[in-house]
Amino acid sequence: MTFTKQWFTAIVTSGTAGTGGLGGRRKLKSLAGSMRCTTWAARENAVSQISVVDVSKYWGATRAVDGVSFAADAGSLLVLLGPSGCGKSTTLRLIAGLEQVSGGRIFIGGADVTALPPAKRRIAMVFQSYALFPHLTVAENILFGLKVRKVAAAERDRRLERVAALLGLERLLARKPAQLSGGQQQRVALGRAIIAETPVCLMDEPLSNLDAQLRAEMRREIRSIQQKLGITMVYVTHDQSEAMSMADRVVLMREGKVEQAAAPDDMYARPATVFAARFIGTPPMNILPAAPDIAAADQVLMGVRPEHVMLGHDIGMPLRVRGVEFFGADTVVTCAYGEATLTARVPGKATLSAGSAIRVHWRPEDLHFFDAASGRRRDDVMTLAIGDAKQFVHAGLA
Amino acid sequence: MQNPDQTKKRADGAPSPLVGEGNRLSVPQHLRVHIHGWLLLLPAAVLLVAFTYYPAVRTIFDSLFSTPRGVRGAVFVGMDNYAAMLADPVFVRALVNNFVYAACVIPLTIALALSMALWVDGRIAGRPFLRLSFFTPTVLPMIAVANIWLFFYAPGYGLLDQILGLFGFSAHNWLGDQHTALACLIAVAIWKDAGFFMIFYLAALQQISPQLAEAAALEGASRWYFFRRVTFPLLMPTTLFVLVNAIINSFRLVDHIVVMTQGGPDNATALLLFYIYEVGFKFWDTAYAATLTVVLLTLLAVFALGQFLILDRRIHYQ
Repeated sequence: MTFTKQWFTAIVTSGTAGTGGLGGRRKLKSLAGSMRCTTWAARENAVSQISVVDVSKYWGATRAVDGVSFAADAGSLLVLLGPSGCGKSTTLRLIAGLEQVSGGRIFIGGADVTALPPAKRRIAMVFQSYALFPHLTVAENILFGLKVRKVAAAERDRRLERVAALLGLERLLARKPAQLSGGQQQRVALGRAIIAETPVCLMDEPLSNLDAQLRAEMRREIRSIQQKLGITMVYVTHDQSEAMSMADRVVLMREGKVEQAAAPDDMYARPATVFAARFIGTPPMNILPAAPDIAAADQVLMGVRPEHVMLGHDIGMPLRVRGVEFFGADTVVTCAYGEATLTARVPGKATLSAGSAIRVHWRPEDLHFFDAASGRRRDDVMTLAIGDAKQFVHAGLA
Repeated sequence: MQNPDQTKKRADGAPSPLVGEGNRLSVPQHLRVHIHGWLLLLPAAVLLVAFTYYPAVRTIFDSLFSTPRGVRGAVFVGMDNYAAMLADPVFVRALVNNFVYAACVIPLTIALALSMALWVDGRIAGRPFLRLSFFTPTVLPMIAVANIWLFFYAPGYGLLDQILGLFGFSAHNWLGDQHTALACLIAVAIWKDAGFFMIFYLAALQQISPQLAEAAALEGASRWYFFRRVTFPLLMPTTLFVLVNAIINSFRLVDHIVVMTQGGPDNATALLLFYIYEVGFKFWDTAYAATLTVVLLTLLAVFALGQFLILDRRIHYQ
């Protein structure tokens, strides 16, 4: 693929020329700022798109994946998000061809790959366990696929040099996986995926074995590599913050079905269901019985995000504080709201303790409404409430 | 419940048995640690010395003396026993037989064990049954096994002849023919050991993450390529272990020979250990038996050393 070679060369040359003495990781970061490879990404646009059309996977009576459809634009990062057992990993394995679909079709780069074996789908994959070959060195691990495909030795070495420089693995090439830290192993797995220069890369919870700090670092690094190389990436995770921070598009799954597919900000601003509302954001959205004075109150649930709950002493509902958790930048205050619990996230350190009496209020436009029976979003209630804003906000006043 | 005596002792005695201060024997602390360690090793050391090292040294010693007979005690003869051994055609025959036997049994057993393990590791119907049936030969007592095979090989009415008879072959005395007797023993040994070694391979195969195969499949590696480049190297520690055991087994075979051929015909199935047994306990030439034993031990030691020194460096251990 000529486009990949071009940008690869560009990165390596600018990297060595500009930041000669720095370590690989710093080199990478400095490159991330200076490089914007839009032209070739645009050129690939038409081809490397992934679409999954009404795909199902059954094991006996269990429907692991049940009529799932979504599409990833070329050069974008699509996250399959959901709790464990929701079918996201199975969906990824179906795209990879490691499992056969029970129904539906999968297209990669415009071609129907549903019946093709994994090796013919022009994809690379990073496994949750990294799946590094323990008896091979880092270099041999990264080159494994090229050797299988009998790429010429000179070309192999050239690509290895580039990938090693990109991932800061130059000094580790002769080591075995057991001699590497978790983060380094992750880089090797990533190297093995990108050296193939395939337009599509699949990632199955790649960061779940790393500690929190390393995870945040690798998250940024993977995202920057994905953007620079213009790879179309499908990324599976159960961590909503990972999804929110990395994705161009999030596909939220639940029990084998797509719950909502949207850009992260859309999903955050307009969750389609109670499940989506509770799954995205920490702490999760408060879902409360609707205030009695709004229309059809018995049929809807009211949702408000903890960061939209404002605490005060003058206006709002009087509530009793149950617990206070201080996180440094902010504090999460838990209050009793009738039978339910209401959490509020306030900046800084709140001078509250369990048992204190406070008043809470929120802006009417920050409210979300969901159908009590189906759990689906109801925007018709929203308009009603905004029209009745003052009255609603103060509804709980004693 | 604390006994007042103990409390008193602890109050004025040493806080820990390893601390030298206040110790009645006043042994320096580092020495106490050593004594402690040696005492812990003692039971194992006594057993090893009594049943391994002393007999081994004694064997070497005995091989330098003549066999005591009646009133004439053992006389130091130096290397005479070894010279006699080299001139002994039966010894040479037994040694050659043993090398032929080992050269056939070891590779074939290992190859068969590995193939069976790869087969039962896959997803096939009736897998537990297959695993059990492969392992059965190991569970059966060797003497019983040898007797069963004796019937298989029996001329005329034996299983082998009956099957061959269907294809028009005439009856053959498999164990009575110099040219086929050793091959018959080899077949029994392979049948017996392959299942046992398969268990080790199976255990090792199940340690290999299935994701490695998936990662290789994504790269387009064929099953053979994956086996050659990944599975087989990862099985090397097991192969070494199996190899050491296979070599030891093939040099210490006695039971089958005793039951099936008694070393015959014309020493065609005499292996080293069987010959040692005959010399030592049938002819009662203990000094010569000791000499032969030294040769056997030296052979095994050289093999084991070679394996660990040469192969170990090339093996990846998890």
